[in-house]
Amino acid sequence: MINTRLLGAFAAIALLAACESSKDSAATGTGAATTGSTIRPGSQEDLIAQAGSDRVFFDYDSSAIREDQRPTLQRQAGWLGGNPAVTVTVEGHTDERGTREYNLALGQRRANAARDALVVGGVAGGRISTISYGKDRPAALGSNEDAWAQNRRAVTVVR
Amino acid sequence: MTPDEKAMAGFLTRRAALFGGLALGLPSLSGPARAQSSVVDITRARTDPIPIAVPDFAGSGDGQRVGRDIARVVVNNLKNCGLFRPVDRAAFIQTAEAAAAVPRFQDWRVIGAQALVTGRVDAGSDRVRVEFRLWDVLPEQQIQGTAFTAPAANWRRIAHLISDVIYERLLGEKGYFDTRVVYVAETGPRDRRTRRLAIMDQDGENHRFLTDGSSAALTPRFHPNAQQIAFMSYARGEPKVYLFNLDGGRPEPLGNFPGMTLSPRFSPDGRSVVLSATRGNDANIYVVDLGSRRERQLTSGGGLDVSPCFSPDGSQIVFNSDRGGDQQLYVMSADGGGIRRISFGRGRYATPVWSPRGDLIAFTRFGGAGGQFGIGVMRPDGSGERILTEGWGMEGPTFAPNGRVMMFFRESPARDARGGGYSSRLASIDVAGFNERQILTPTDASDPAWSPLLS
Repeated sequence: MINTRLLGAFAAIALLAACESSKDSAATGTGAATTGSTIRPGSQEDLIAQAGSDRVFFDYDSSAIREDQRPTLQRQAGWLGGNPAVTVTVEGHTDERGTREYNLALGQRRANAARDALVVGGVAGGRISTISYGKDRPAALGSNEDAWAQNRRAVTVVR
Repeated sequence: MTPDEKAMAGFLTRRAALFGGLALGLPSLSGPARAQSSVVDITRARTDPIPIAVPDFAGSGDGQRVGRDIARVVVNNLKNCGLFRPVDRAAFIQTAEAAAAVPRFQDWRVIGAQALVTGRVDAGSDRVRVEFRLWDVLPEQQIQGTAFTAPAANWRRIAHLISDVIYERLLGEKGYFDTRVVYVAETGPRDRRTRRLAIMDQDGENHRFLTDGSSAALTPRFHPNAQQIAFMSYARGEPKVYLFNLDGGRPEPLGNFPGMTLSPRFSPDGRSVVLSATRGNDANIYVVDLGSRRERQLTSGGGLDVSPCFSPDGSQIVFNSDRGGDQQLYVMSADGGGIRRISFGRGRYATPVWSPRGDLIAFTRFGGAGGQFGIGVMRPDGSGERILTEGWGMEGPTFAPNGRVMMFFRESPARDARGGGYSSRLASIDVAGFNERQILTPTDASDPAWSPLLS
C-alpha cells in the first residue's frame, strides 16, 4: 500500500539536504540539492517542496483518506523519514457547513486519520501530535464548493 | 457578578405589594384563555401585543434623570419581547409627574393603553430608591406596587427587575430581563480570527470582555448560579474545557482527559459538567463531578457523541451523534442507559438544548432540502418538530430562563474569495417562531449562552 520506490527516492533527497545544512546556516538553504530555491531542510517549505503538499483533502463529513490523497501522505512520511529530528502537528479542519462542536470532533478524526497514515508509512507515532480547529480556521475564505473542498483538510505542520 | 452587583443583591429590598391593592387578576387583560393556562396564547400575542404606557418615572434632580432612563429601559424590554406594544410617549396626555401621584385613567384609556406603569425615583448621593406601580387601566386598579433600593450605579438592574414584574403579572409567567448573555466575540479575518469571551446584559448593555483573545475561546455556558462559566479554550495549545469564575481568577482546566474535551454544560444542580471527550476516532460523553473531579463515561463506541445537555430535572441527557451514519439527536438517562434516537426529519440535527421548562428541545438542522440551516424545536420524544427560522448559516440555540425566547447566531455567506460579506451575529426569536431580532454586539458574535435569572 505504500509506494516504497517513491518514498525511498524522496527520503534520499531529504537526507542529503539534511546533511548539507547546519543550524547556523539554515537560512542559506540548500536550494541546489532540492528545488532550486532557498529552502531550509526540515522546514515547512521543505515539506511542501518535497512531498508536493503539506495537506490532504476529505469528502464532506468524512474522515476517510481518499485514494487520490494517499500519495501525498506517503511522500510526507518519506520526508519525515529523512528528517528524523522533525516533529509535526497534524491539524484537522472542516468546512463551514456544519455545527462548531461536531466539526471540532470531525476535525480531530481527520487529524487522526492523517496521522495514522503517516505512522503506517513508517513515522514513529511519538513524533506526531494532532489538534482540531473544526471549521474555525478556514484556508479558503469563500462560501462555495471550491472553498469548502479546500477547507476539508488535514495539514501536517512542522513544529 | 461585579462587586457592585453583589452589594446590590445584598442590599436590594424588594417589597412586593408594598402599597396594598395587590390585584388578584386582571379582568380586562386575563380572559378565560389566560386564566386556564400560564402560557400566553401565541396567536393572540403575535397579532395583539398588550398596549402598555410607561411614562418617565417622576423625580427631581438626579432622580428625574434616573427615572427617565429606567422608563426607557423598561419600554425597550417590553417592546423587544414582542408581547407588549408600548404606547408612543407623544400621545401621552397626563404628565409623568401627575401620573406618578394619581393616574387619571381616562387619559390613558383614550390613548389605547390597557396597562400603565408609573414610578418615582429618590436619588441619594450613592443610592436610589425606586417605587413603581403597575395599573390595570380599564377597571382602574393597581396590580402591583413595589419599591427597590440599590446603589445608584445599579439602576439598570432595577429597570430589568421592574420589567420582569410587569411581564410576570400581565402574562402569568416569569420574565427574563434580569439576565445576561455570555458569547464569543469575533474579530479579524476568518483564517486568523480572534475569539474571546464577552458578557453583556440581555439587552446588550454593560458589555465587557472576559478573555484577552491571545487564545481562542469557544462555547461558553453558564452555571445555574450565573457566577461560573464553562467553555472551551486553546489556552494551553490543546483544546480543553475550562471553568471560569466571573468574580475573577484564572480559567482552570476541567478533568484529566488525554484528548480534546469540548461542548461542556452544567447539570441543573450545578454539581457536575457533562462534556464530550475525544479518544482515538471516537468522541464520547462524560460527566465530571465538580466536587471530586472524578469523571464517568456515559457513552462509548463507534461515533462522535457531542453537544450533551441535561433535562432541567437532571434525569436525562440529549446529545448529538453520528453513530447511525449522520448527525442525529439522541436522548438517554443521566447514567447513560436507554439511548434512543429522537430526530427523524430531513437533514442533520445538532446542538440540542433542553428548554428550562422541560417541554421542548431546540436544535440546529441543516443539510436537508435546499441545504439551508434552521433553528427548530421538538418535544423530548421527537414529536411536534417545528422549524422556527431558516437561513444560509445559523446554529447554537440557547433558551431564556423562562423557555419563551431563544438566542442563536446567524451567519451570512462570503461574497468573494477573500471572505468579504461574511458576518456572524446574534439573534433572538420567540419559541413560537415570531419576533426574530438581531442582538447588537460591538463585533461579530457566536455561541451565545443565556444566563439564569440573576435574582
